[in-house]
Amino acid sequence: MMRMDKQATPQPMARPRRPDPVRVLGSLAGTDMGRLFLITVLVFVVMSLLEPRLFPTRGNLSSMAFQFPEIGMLALGMMLTLLTGGIDLSIIWLANLSAIVAVMVMRQIAPDPAATGAWVCLAIAAGILASLATATVGGLVNGLAIAGANIPPILATLGTGLIFKGVATVLTGGAAMLGFPEIASGIGNGAVPWLGIPVPLLIFVAAAVLVAFLLNRTAFGLRVYLFGTNPLAARFAGIDNFAVTMRVYLLSSLLGAVGGLIIAVRANSAKADYGSSYLLLTVLIGVLGGINPYGGFGKVSGLLLAVLSLQFLSSGLNMLQVSNFAVNMTWGALLLLVMVINQGSLRFGRVRKR
Amino acid sequence: MARLFARNETLVTLILLAFCAVTAAIDPHFLSVPTLFDLLRNATVMAIFSVGVLLVLASGGIDVSFTAIAAFAMYVATKAMVALGFGDSMLVAILLAGGIGLLLGLINGFFIATMKLPTMIVTLGTLNAFQGFLLTFVGTALITQVPLGMRSFSRTMLVRMETADGSIVSLPVAFLILVIVATVTGLLLNRTMLGRSIYALGGAPESAARVGVRVVAVQYFIYAYVGALSGIAGIVHGAMARVANPFDLVGLELSVIAAVVLGGARLSGGHGTLFGTLLGVALVVVINNSLITLGIPTTWQNVVTGLLILIGTGLPAFRAKLAAQRAG
Amino acid sequence: MESQVEVRLEGISKSFAGVQALEGVDLTIGKGEIACLAGENGSGKSTLVKILAGVLRPDSGSIEIGGRRYPHLHPIEAVRAGVQVIYQDFSLFPNFTVAENISFNQALSSRRRLVRWREVREVARGALAKVGATIDLDARVEDLAVADKQIVAIARALLQDARLIAMDEPTTALTEREVRALLDIIRRLKRDGVSVLFISHKLREIFAVCDKIAVLRNGRKVADGPGSAFDLASLSLHMLGRRLESHAHSRVGSRGEELMRVERLGRAQQFSDVSFTLHAGEVLGITGLLGSGRTALAKALFGLAPADRGGIALGGRPVRIGSPQEAIALGLGYVPSDRLTEGLFLPQSIGHNIVVGSLDELSSGGLLERERVRGLTEEWVRRLAVRTPDADMPVQSLSGGNQQRVVLARWLARNPRVLVLNGPTVGVDVGSKAEIHDIIARLAAGGMGIIVISDDIPEILAACDRILVMQAGRVVEEVESATVDEDRLAARLAS
Repeated sequence: MMRMDKQATPQPMARPRRPDPVRVLGSLAGTDMGRLFLITVLVFVVMSLLEPRLFPTRGNLSSMAFQFPEIGMLALGMMLTLLTGGIDLSIIWLANLSAIVAVMVMRQIAPDPAATGAWVCLAIAAGILASLATATVGGLVNGLAIAGANIPPILATLGTGLIFKGVATVLTGGAAMLGFPEIASGIGNGAVPWLGIPVPLLIFVAAAVLVAFLLNRTAFGLRVYLFGTNPLAARFAGIDNFAVTMRVYLLSSLLGAVGGLIIAVRANSAKADYGSSYLLLTVLIGVLGGINPYGGFGKVSGLLLAVLSLQFLSSGLNMLQVSNFAVNMTWGALLLLVMVINQGSLRFGRVRKR
Repeated sequence: MARLFARNETLVTLILLAFCAVTAAIDPHFLSVPTLFDLLRNATVMAIFSVGVLLVLASGGIDVSFTAIAAFAMYVATKAMVALGFGDSMLVAILLAGGIGLLLGLINGFFIATMKLPTMIVTLGTLNAFQGFLLTFVGTALITQVPLGMRSFSRTMLVRMETADGSIVSLPVAFLILVIVATVTGLLLNRTMLGRSIYALGGAPESAARVGVRVVAVQYFIYAYVGALSGIAGIVHGAMARVANPFDLVGLELSVIAAVVLGGARLSGGHGTLFGTLLGVALVVVINNSLITLGIPTTWQNVVTGLLILIGTGLPAFRAKLAAQRAG
Repeated sequence: MESQVEVRLEGISKSFAGVQALEGVDLTIGKGEIACLAGENGSGKSTLVKILAGVLRPDSGSIEIGGRRYPHLHPIEAVRAGVQVIYQDFSLFPNFTVAENISFNQALSSRRRLVRWREVREVARGALAKVGATIDLDARVEDLAVADKQIVAIARALLQDARLIAMDEPTTALTEREVRALLDIIRRLKRDGVSVLFISHKLREIFAVCDKIAVLRNGRKVADGPGSAFDLASLSLHMLGRRLESHAHSRVGSRGEELMRVERLGRAQQFSDVSFTLHAGEVLGITGLLGSGRTALAKALFGLAPADRGGIALGGRPVRIGSPQEAIALGLGYVPSDRLTEGLFLPQSIGHNIVVGSLDELSSGGLLERERVRGLTEEWVRRLAVRTPDADMPVQSLSGGNQQRVVLARWLARNPRVLVLNGPTVGVDVGSKAEIHDIIARLAAGGMGIIVISDDIPEILAACDRILVMQAGRVVEEVESATVDEDRLAARLAS
């Protein structure tokens, strides 16, 4: 068996010198993760230069830390489906629907938002459970459509997304649904004492760690990657494709539901069409984060860096008074740009068709 | 003949007839010329879109940006005609909007044919890029004083009839545009090598390249064609509504794709006919109309469209799965 | 005499990334001649054909077609010169009808813009008549049987004024009757003055139809002459470079316990009434041409397409095998016939490809135990001598033989009681082929029950103790390999 010796650069024998910044940059730019890291830093620096009095401030950092967890949760969910070579176009709609159900339940149990006490805590807990239950049902529907009926994920989640959105619209009559207990918004919009870490951020980090753990350290995670690479070979190797698909879409929905709750708590209301621009953003985050849209490859660490980059960009653009439309345009253009750049590094090799 | 009955179009026709029957049973006025003209009028713009989307799906791709192209072309054309004062002819408007749509379609073509990027994600990007550009740099204000050409177009009727109770019902000339578009596209798909090459590309992309189909050229054509058709659909919509609203049309893309898929086109490519597509549009429009007649609020429309997509794709997909399992 | 030569290749050499695929190969094909290019996998046959078709450019050598030299042959030029290659996948359009498939290429190359459907049908009908076949013109190609698809492909090739039709392993997916029909078509082509280049490693077919035979081995032409100058022994000697080790396999000791008993197993329209037993230490061969049901049987044993009649007993206990997971849990393993699409996760690492079969065993509470994963990978890379610098490399970087070892490793890591191998040495170079046979022998000696499914008669005879011959879904004969010779077995298959 040959062993390729990795050529080590000759070590300086004389006194240690400071690392050459150009060399460090060069080697960073050579790896995917390194490039992504550089991009994140670059965006931060550029935005700080453009708005030195607004951007790199404690207030802004805190504000951003409250904002990106919700898109981050959705991106985590989307990532799982992308890894299997599918996509979940329904995630934001199901997230909203779950949040709406949560508010309905909370209102039912504790009609007075200003109330406090054990009853309200019960209401909150019940609401959260209800939202997770809704997401479970939605995720199962997605999974059955894709794994059971063999509908291509794009079409299946297109269809279910419309259904979720429709049901949500019917439940709310199109308007925003109020009635979050104030304690809930207080916690959801607040920070953990002493550490000052926003609660949503904590939830997101916990979820990211969990997903990373699932993907890297468990048998399930490896099955997801392998199934995404070649579903036929996965079947021949004894992987239960049906179970993997069901679990992935279920997890995606649950992650989305938590994201939906975070969105609703921040807006202090639940609405059927919150975050309608998030779909594009989650795909952009996935692609920027190094997830191969054909399946089989992608890491949570890449996703995290992508979330941060886009949050910096988004906040910065907002500060520069760029309109929402222009921001959307930027996302669209960025998505195309990132795809073109990725193509250059030959990342989209395929084993199967499409 | 037997093969005909196994086809998707037959199933769709039957469902369509069933829906018509049910609605007619509840509201006898349904089966009347006014209703027919109403349906045709409502379906026109969607049908023009779906003819273009058929080309894309037949080639094995998917396009979600066509509504943004339509809105862009409509708004820019209208604004230009108002500003430069040459809006007397609808034909000019159509050519202008079609031209703008074609150019935007070429942009899609660049990313898909030359850069070889996945079609869903590219068009997701261009959807937002085009609409964002429109709203940021062109304008967000409604143009209520549309040019003369568009105004007179909306009032020109193809057919004018008087009903039994003395009221006048009419079919706008916009329907003629649809007929022209559908006929031209139908001929393209069935009678030209270019059209057959589109199906070849969708059926077996590697084989198509191997036997000499000019894949890149065909793909550029497809997306340019869809763009042009979308531009035409957009300007027709603006004329009929007598207002150029840059926020319009985006959001319809899912219903259009649903209609085309219901009509027999497959996401994998290579399948789908013009007739089937028009049937699919008819079905979607009739169902939406029936909902209103049946007293179901429009908020349920999304749910129904979603269910249609699931059933329309689920049944054939599931049947195919069972067949594959039986074959082992 | 020059006008009698259709194709003349001289001194063709080609190398890929340091591997010499072809070296100084000469090949002459006369007008109206049926020439066979014989060789094992990895001998360079496919490369030579691709060079003839203009798909690949040779590093050196000259190409002459119809008396004209082509210094830089381009695929479209090759077609215009009259060279048509029918690859194993036929390059047909599944969504088009038979008529359209046949006419499409010609319409495309004649730069026609409009389609005249009546003409399409006329042309297609004429082409099919030339081939001597009748197929429904309006049938969708995706609904056709493989043999009919091949006929469509040949008819299509003829339309473009083909002067030479090259067929790459055309009989792989054909039943015996269909093979005979194909050989008839080839003779018909010859009568019409079309040259045929028949590329195959199936000796019997080569002898049945070829005027002249050229043998490639390891990229070089080692023999060339009229068909009458060869016989089975000399041909296989040239192809393999050594004598066939016939019946080299001898059973070690007596048979062990009964591992598997199959009784009247059947699956609608695939196979029926199959019964056999498999004992520990035994290598059972199942052979038959495609369509005989051998792969369907394998899939039924592994739960991929379960049987609907009859029974299977493992270790004396009747079992139901409804899915691959159940099969694996019962101690079965399956090495599929199509390594690239069914067996491997090409861009994934060698390690992942090996451990995928043992994920539950390598984890506790769902968590993968990394050390054990690494350990397992290293152990099997070593034991099966997978040639790679690093087990993290993607498995697609390996040669065919090494890739097959990876698939084997996956199953051997589970220490199955019964291992089913479908076409274990397809697309594997001669050296690896022998080593894989060695591995099979060693596994049997260690007590495993092995089923080898193959249509490669020498392989079946060398590797197996007992052989089941299948035809049209039934077992028609069961023989001890020691009592039968190659001719008889091949004859039995062909009858």
